[in-house]
This record gives sequence, structure tokens and C-alpha cells, in this order.
Amino acid sequence: MTPFNRNFGQGRSREGISPDMNWRELTKAGNIYEPGNANTYETGDWRTIRPIWNKERCIHCLICWRYCPDASIISTDGKFDCFDYKHCKGCGICANVCPTHAIDMISEDEIDKQKEARRNEE
Amino acid sequence: MKNRVALTGNEAVAQAMRQINPDVVAAYPITPSTEVVQMFSSFVNNGKVDTEFVAVESEHSAMSATIGASAAGARAMTCTSSQGLAYMFEVVYVAASMRLPIVFPVVNRALSAPINIHCDHSDAMGIKQSGVIQLFSENAQEAYDNMIQAIRIAEHPDVLLPVSVNYDGFITSHALDVLDILDDDTVKEFIGEYHPQEALLNVKEQFSMGNFDMYDYYFEHKYQQVAAMENAKRVIEEIGKEYAKISGRTYGLVDAYKLEDADMAIVVMNSAAGSAKGVCDELRAKGLKVGVLKPRVFRPFPHEAVVDALKGVKAVAVLDRAETFSTLGGPMFEDVRTSLYDLKADIKVVNYVYGLGGRDLRLEDVEKVYNDLGDIVKTGRVDKFVRYLGLRE
Repeated sequence: MTPFNRNFGQGRSREGISPDMNWRELTKAGNIYEPGNANTYETGDWRTIRPIWNKERCIHCLICWRYCPDASIISTDGKFDCFDYKHCKGCGICANVCPTHAIDMISEDEIDKQKEARRNEE
Repeated sequence: MKNRVALTGNEAVAQAMRQINPDVVAAYPITPSTEVVQMFSSFVNNGKVDTEFVAVESEHSAMSATIGASAAGARAMTCTSSQGLAYMFEVVYVAASMRLPIVFPVVNRALSAPINIHCDHSDAMGIKQSGVIQLFSENAQEAYDNMIQAIRIAEHPDVLLPVSVNYDGFITSHALDVLDILDDDTVKEFIGEYHPQEALLNVKEQFSMGNFDMYDYYFEHKYQQVAAMENAKRVIEEIGKEYAKISGRTYGLVDAYKLEDADMAIVVMNSAAGSAKGVCDELRAKGLKVGVLKPRVFRPFPHEAVVDALKGVKAVAVLDRAETFSTLGGPMFEDVRTSLYDLKADIKVVNYVYGLGGRDLRLEDVEKVYNDLGDIVKTGRVDKFVRYLGLRE
């Protein structure tokens, strides 16, 4: 057999795939070799509005944690810890169910503008 | 060792399938491919093969079951024609995109409507962009030989794509032909035992196939298929050479017949290539420099080999047994003309659509094409580049 002149997708990525991999590096036909790899697939960039936590108002009832359809509320020791922005799609359910209005939904555009302004100040 | 036998095309292909002895065959009957599956199911019933035969309720299910079996790790096959292939269309793409080495004969027949059971290539041309390798066969011998080689091509680690073996309905499928078939052990040794790189039934290495893709991955996975098609051209030639050693018959990407010094060439696939070669011989005897190019492989399209074979001619007629309704000619015409464009050699390329719904291509028709090419060479003019051969106009 002659050597491959154009190898393709023989890779079996154990670390998961990422959008910066080329067609050779990706697994053949998009086959998945590791279970639970949805965690490595970042869907946070689908979001147009972002939940922002208001620490003072939060009573750590964790109703948001129960309602989040994407397991994007991270709790530690029975208390609200942070949002998983890599997977939060910005549905806003957490803000809607929060009894103390401790979650604000802010436009990602607005956040980008604020970042830009801060960079300009520096 | 050679065994000369008289078989119809369908019988020859059924014998090939018996010798291949696949793990699973799922199929649904449709004229003119019915006989292949009918004969094969009798092999199953009589214990001539170890195959699990699945009698499904449609061609969509036939290919779906074949895909399931192939993904599970089986050497799986199906067989169809015409409306059956059209009904299978959706899952043919899935077989190709999941990179499953499924081999399936397609016995070429016209598509409805009007309903017609006879030969043309409309069925095969419907899946030319599906990602399936398409081999075409001039006669029963080639259909048989293509079947055996198709297994090796499909399962080659640089390819891993389905292969359809095409031959003309009734003309090849039902006519008795004399051919050499290999003995069972030679075929068994040539195709080898099937050891898939990965299989869903392999519990030790679990994985998931046919997953969801977004815009960030789908494009790359499509390109992997393109790369596999590119590889297939090399692999088909390698397997062809290897097959020559056991059969004495040589197969490449194209069959270039008397083209070395030709001024005029006809490009045609399947059984009509035989008629074209016959007329070519007669005209050669009269001193005309004519030749025939028969692509054996239509997908991937062997454009390098086509250019190489046709680079010296002055005029080419591409004969298509299918219509595209683009008003720009048949499917093979597009590919041949595009292939020759970069030569900038001013080769006149004309198209003849012929034989739709099983209309005979007579020897006089082929002679007329060569005469037309002669006129084009003489005058250097092409008044109409898409023509209809044998149509009452």
C-alpha cells in the first residue's frame, strides 16, 4: 500500500474538539469517542443577553439553580456561586423566577460597549 | 483459475454477491434489479451464504437497515433501481456522510413519469452529488468485476465511502452474456475478511455516530468526504491493478479505446460504449481517426484521466443517457466540457442526449454522431451544442 497522500479525520480526540481544529484534526464524520463531551462544546456565544448576579439582593434560595435548563448556575456549599457563561444561553428564566430580583439581564452589546469604554479609559 | 459461464447481468451480480458473502443484505424488489435480490435470497435460503437477509417494506428502509448494519460493524449491501433509488435518496446521503463502506448495485432505469421500466441513467444521476462512488459497467463481465473490486474500494481506509455499481437495466441486466467468473476462494482471498476500523457493536471501544453538527464543524466534515473522493481515484486504480493479477482483466478510471491518434471521440458510459466501440472499429477500417472514451468511474469524476485521454482530439461528442433540464446538456457533458476548459485547446465539445426510457441506441445513430463530428472538424463550426439523438424532431 502506498502512503496516504491526503489523510483525513483519523483523529480520536480525547480532549474534545474545538472550532480551531482543521478537517484533518477533527474526527471522521464527526464521530464522538468520549461520553459527556457536551461540556467541552461551548454554547455561551449563542447568548444575546447575559444574567448578572446582584450579591446584596441574593438570599441563596437556589430557585434559579433548580429552574436553569442548562445547568449553568453553579452552586457551592448550598449557596449561589456563579454563572457558567461558557454554556449559559441567556434564556432569562433565572431572572424571571428570582423572588428578590437579584438577577439582571443585560444586553451582550451593552457589555461589549462597557468593555470598550473601559479599554479606552485605560 | 477461470470459469467461463453464460449469465445475465443480474445473475452475474448475484453470483458476485454470493461470493462476497456479506453479513447483511436488506433490500426491496424493483424492476429491473429484482432478480439480483430474488436470486440472492435463494442463496440465503439454501445455505449458500451466511448472510442475514432483511426483507424490508421500502427502499428507504432497505438503505436505512443497511446503514444500521454497516454502522454496527457488518459488511452490508442492498440493491435497487429507478424509483427505488429515488425513494432511497435521503438515506444514501446519510450512508455517504457517515462514511459507511456499503456496496450496492444500481440497475439503471428511467424515472417516472411517464412510468417506464427501461434503461436510462436518470436514477444514478440523481445521486451523483450524494457522496457515493459510482462505477459504471459496459456488460455483465464488468458488472461482476466491479462488484468484487467495489468491496475493496469502499472498505479502503483512505476511502470509506459507499460504492454503487451501475449497469444498464434489461440491456445488461436481463441479456445473456458470456463472462469469466473467479472461483469462490479467489474472491474470498481478494476481498479478505472484514475488520471495520470501528463498529457500534464493539463494546470495548464505545463511540457515537451520526451526531449533530453546527456551522462550526459541518463544513470540515463535508471536506473530509471530498478528500476521501480524491483518495478514491488513486485507490480505484491500485485495486484495478491488483484485480488484474487475479483476473487478467485490467481496470482503471477510464477506458480509452483507440484514442492515441484520434481526431474525433465519443464519450459514453455503460452498454452504449460497446456499440460505440463497434462503430469505431468499422470507421477505423475505412481510415477515419475515431475513438471512444468510456469513463468507468463517474463519481469521483476522473477529470485528469479524461483530459489526458482527450487532449489530442479535435472534436468530442459526449453521450448522456439522462437529462438535467438545465437546457445546457446532460450531466456528463458538463463534467467533460469543464474538464477540457483549462486546456485552452479549442476542442469542440458537443452533447447528445440519447436512449431515454430505453430507446435503442442504434449503430446508425453512433455513426451519425461521428459524421457530425467530422463536419465540425471540417468546418470548425458548432451550430448547436446540445443535441438529441434518436428523438423525433
